Amino acid sequence: MKIEGDLLREASGEVGRPLPRSVAHAVAVASRHSNVGMGARWATHVNGWLLLLPAAVLLVTFTHYPAVATFIGSFFSTPKGARPAVFVGLDNYQAMIEDPIFWQALRNNIIYAASTIPLTIVLALFMAVAVNTKLAGRSFMRLAFFTPTVLPMIAVANIWLFFYSPGYGLADQALSLFGVPAHNWLGNEHTALACLIVVAVWKDAGFFMIFYLAALQQMSPHLSEAAALEGASRWYFFRRVTFPLLMPTTLFVLINAIINSFRLVDHIVVMTRGGPNNTTALLLYYIYEVGFKFWDTAFAATLTVVLLVLLATMALGQFIFLDRRIHYQ
Amino acid sequence: MNARLQTNRVGAVLERAGAWLLAFLWILPLAYAMWAAIHPSAYSAHFTLNAPLTSENFVKAWNAAPFARYFLNTFMLVTMILTAQLVLCTLAAYAFARFRFYGRELAFVLVLLQLMIMPDVLIVENYRTMSAAGIVDTIPAIGLPYMASAFGIFLLRQTFKTVPNELDEAARIEGASPLQVLLKVYVPLAKPIYVAYGLVSISYHWNNFLWPLIITNSVSTRPLTVGLQIFASSDQGIDWSLIAAATLMTSAPLLTAFLLFQRQFVQSFMRAGIR
Amino acid sequence: MKWLASLVGGAVLALASPAVAADVELSFYYPVAVGGPITKIIDGYAADFEKENPGIKIKAIYAGTYQDTLVKALTALKSGEPPDIAVLLSTDMFTLIDEDAVTPFDPLLTSDADKAWAKSFYPAFMENSQTGGKTWGIPFQRSTIVMYWNKDAFKAAGLNPDKAPDNWDELVAYGQKLTKRDGSNVSQWGVEIPSTGFPYWLFQGLTTANDARLMNDAGTETYFDKPAVIDALRYWVDLSRKEKIQPLGTIEWGTTPKDFFERKTAIMWTTTGNLTNVKTNAPFPFGVAMLPAHNGRGSPTGGGNFYLFKKMTAEKSAAAIKFIKWMTAPERAADWGIKTGYVAVRPDAWDTPAMKQYVAGFPAAAVARDQLKYAVAELSTHDNQRVTKALNDGLQAALNGTKTPEQAMKDAQQEAARILRSYK
Repeated sequence: MKIEGDLLREASGEVGRPLPRSVAHAVAVASRHSNVGMGARWATHVNGWLLLLPAAVLLVTFTHYPAVATFIGSFFSTPKGARPAVFVGLDNYQAMIEDPIFWQALRNNIIYAASTIPLTIVLALFMAVAVNTKLAGRSFMRLAFFTPTVLPMIAVANIWLFFYSPGYGLADQALSLFGVPAHNWLGNEHTALACLIVVAVWKDAGFFMIFYLAALQQMSPHLSEAAALEGASRWYFFRRVTFPLLMPTTLFVLINAIINSFRLVDHIVVMTRGGPNNTTALLLYYIYEVGFKFWDTAFAATLTVVLLVLLATMALGQFIFLDRRIHYQ
Repeated sequence: MNARLQTNRVGAVLERAGAWLLAFLWILPLAYAMWAAIHPSAYSAHFTLNAPLTSENFVKAWNAAPFARYFLNTFMLVTMILTAQLVLCTLAAYAFARFRFYGRELAFVLVLLQLMIMPDVLIVENYRTMSAAGIVDTIPAIGLPYMASAFGIFLLRQTFKTVPNELDEAARIEGASPLQVLLKVYVPLAKPIYVAYGLVSISYHWNNFLWPLIITNSVSTRPLTVGLQIFASSDQGIDWSLIAAATLMTSAPLLTAFLLFQRQFVQSFMRAGIR
Repeated sequence: MKWLASLVGGAVLALASPAVAADVELSFYYPVAVGGPITKIIDGYAADFEKENPGIKIKAIYAGTYQDTLVKALTALKSGEPPDIAVLLSTDMFTLIDEDAVTPFDPLLTSDADKAWAKSFYPAFMENSQTGGKTWGIPFQRSTIVMYWNKDAFKAAGLNPDKAPDNWDELVAYGQKLTKRDGSNVSQWGVEIPSTGFPYWLFQGLTTANDARLMNDAGTETYFDKPAVIDALRYWVDLSRKEKIQPLGTIEWGTTPKDFFERKTAIMWTTTGNLTNVKTNAPFPFGVAMLPAHNGRGSPTGGGNFYLFKKMTAEKSAAAIKFIKWMTAPERAADWGIKTGYVAVRPDAWDTPAMKQYVAGFPAAAVARDQLKYAVAELSTHDNQRVTKALNDGLQAALNGTKTPEQAMKDAQQEAARILRSYK
């Protein structure tokens, strides 16, 4: 985040250059940006904060305060009826560590993230490359890839429920053409999570494709033409030229994919409710269950702390990346 | 050389076949929804060409739940969130881009924190806040946590920084106040960003589910997604024909909008530099 | 039965007697998604009641699912404006008591007629409505599990299409004849007992038949690891794993009726509330029967009760009792049962002319009633959602073969005991 300093330098640098307006005016303007007059400086501080204030109030109320309150709440018991909340120290954490469902949800979530993230990114990239070439039916493809983004997860999850229905569901109807027997996709502990991963990949890949597509369309077509002339294979060109150029996009998409793998549980509410036997419970879904079905808000807060720590760790990595990106510009 | 061309051609064919296969798989749910919605429910799992057509599913679905009200709620919600986001993020981004005030660095880091720690994961505590404020089950309660968006602030700040200083100064010399400069210089230049951000925001909040599910419990506040879920989950089991019809109805506005504007959509992302 | 007369001639009497002084408005939370046919029925009842009882206004609030309604009622309570009356799951009784939200009916039922009224319901429904010697709920929107069978499939399998399996052994024997295999694929299963959403409820259809109880009346103890319970689970698991007449893994509650319509299963277990749905959508003749017996017979009850919330004025609670009595009168109970498929909650409702005529035309409707003799309370304890989840997880693990029935029930019992520790 170096750029702030540059701004000042730019501003004061204007003085030396020939300007369309009178030099006197320019100096006056420049002084507003630099540390000259006390009054002007105060105006900058006050104006800056005033502009930031509305957003800051909301951010503090609905992000920072709840994050801190969640942390504090995890050391208290859940109030019930006439019994108020009391300080219980690490009891909730103890309970969490002893709770096998928490560990399972955490494990599920890691598997879920580790599969959806790479799959989504690879497919999004492939889709973008495909619709970026002059292919017949390109706009149909673009539409096909993008529809999942527009359809609400809650609605399409019901449709996927049909696809996975044993026997007459679309998956089994299609597989029966190849002589594969019917399978209870969502009712089997070994396949249920994979089924949800497929839905998540389907939902997100098209959205991320847009970002890749926007990036690809800004790349010079001369590059690929020149490479083709020199006889470089498309794959080679992609690997050595396109992909490295797309790196910033990939990082942006990666962050969003990570967030989504911890944030989006709509399809679980519709398709499995965490079952069978918790094999599809993700962290946020479990938090929802504990907080809004069991009414155990303190335990839900404790689980949320874990999720926050996970996300904050990844946020750290993100800051490092963002910082670098700003330096580049 | 020839061999290479050969592999290139095979590769291209494979790529094309793969792309078509993917496109087919990706459109399937929508295609199925269309099939199920226009055929009687006895055909919702039988794909025979001579199945009779019907519009009854739409009529039934429309009458089975107050979808008109849900549409209105979603529309109000999305409009409210987007308006607030545009205003708040513009002001904050302007502050970060062009004002050097005490604590700016720290404030910016604190804002960016929300990129990762989104309101979606703070449901328990935010619910408590809303209920303390006595606004559970209101449309503003659904929208409030999302109105100050770190993503929006970040995007706009990046754009505002690219606005040449000369333009800013020229306006100020003519006596424009900081707010006037913002409106006359910065906002018009950031138009593609606003469009791209607006599209993302609309499709996000049109389809958002978990938080609205928790915070609403009456018809006058429920957005479409929650209404749809309540409609779909009945003790009597699932009727896919009705669900498909309801799905198409509820996502029709976004689908048509995308069909009409898909080129502009991608272009606004391009110009916005979200890539 | 004096109050009955006052109901029949309600309008006249209400005009004659000094009605409740000023207008009393009762807020009434009802668990249904708005817009459906049920909303219209309830609105109709409320309007009729208001006509017969000037001075009382019913403000019906349709809150969605049971879960939504509970959340809404509890939130409203915490914000200081609780509903006056609500229909909520009978199994939420302990939760509502623990949250200090509801008040028992007994102190409000002073006259002999009132006391007689409280005793006029099927005892099976009252099991989930009373604890610690007090009545906390009045049954209204109640159901049980019944067995539906496809008569065509029975005929095709060489079975008598008019006779359903009456006990566990017959269910297996019929199921084997009904299961159609070609190679490794099964085109029609013998039976489906759904196991998502609320598997514990369907499981009670098996434990009750095995003469086992799952919890005590106080809701502080569960008996998941008793041998009779484990045997019931083993029977359920064996339907899939040993007899191979039921699909492997868990079976989705929501798609089971569709499986039945698609002839993927010849027999299904589901709620009586599905009667109208099956009647409309089954493309073949079907039968409805009681659940098969083993060492006993029976089914759990399910569905919602009327609850009275705290903080009501005496005037309001009198009006609330009046309304609830009116809503559960035999004629209304019969009308409600006919229109919705829920079980009419009191024996005398089945003696009304309207109900008699309905049952004559559609005998399947009476199966639920006949089964009520054998019905038991739905699983309900303190911290109910958690305890049922412990059992649900165990059931799903056993059905998936990841745990043996013994292990699954032992674990579930241990977990339930841990949760209930603090309520003893």
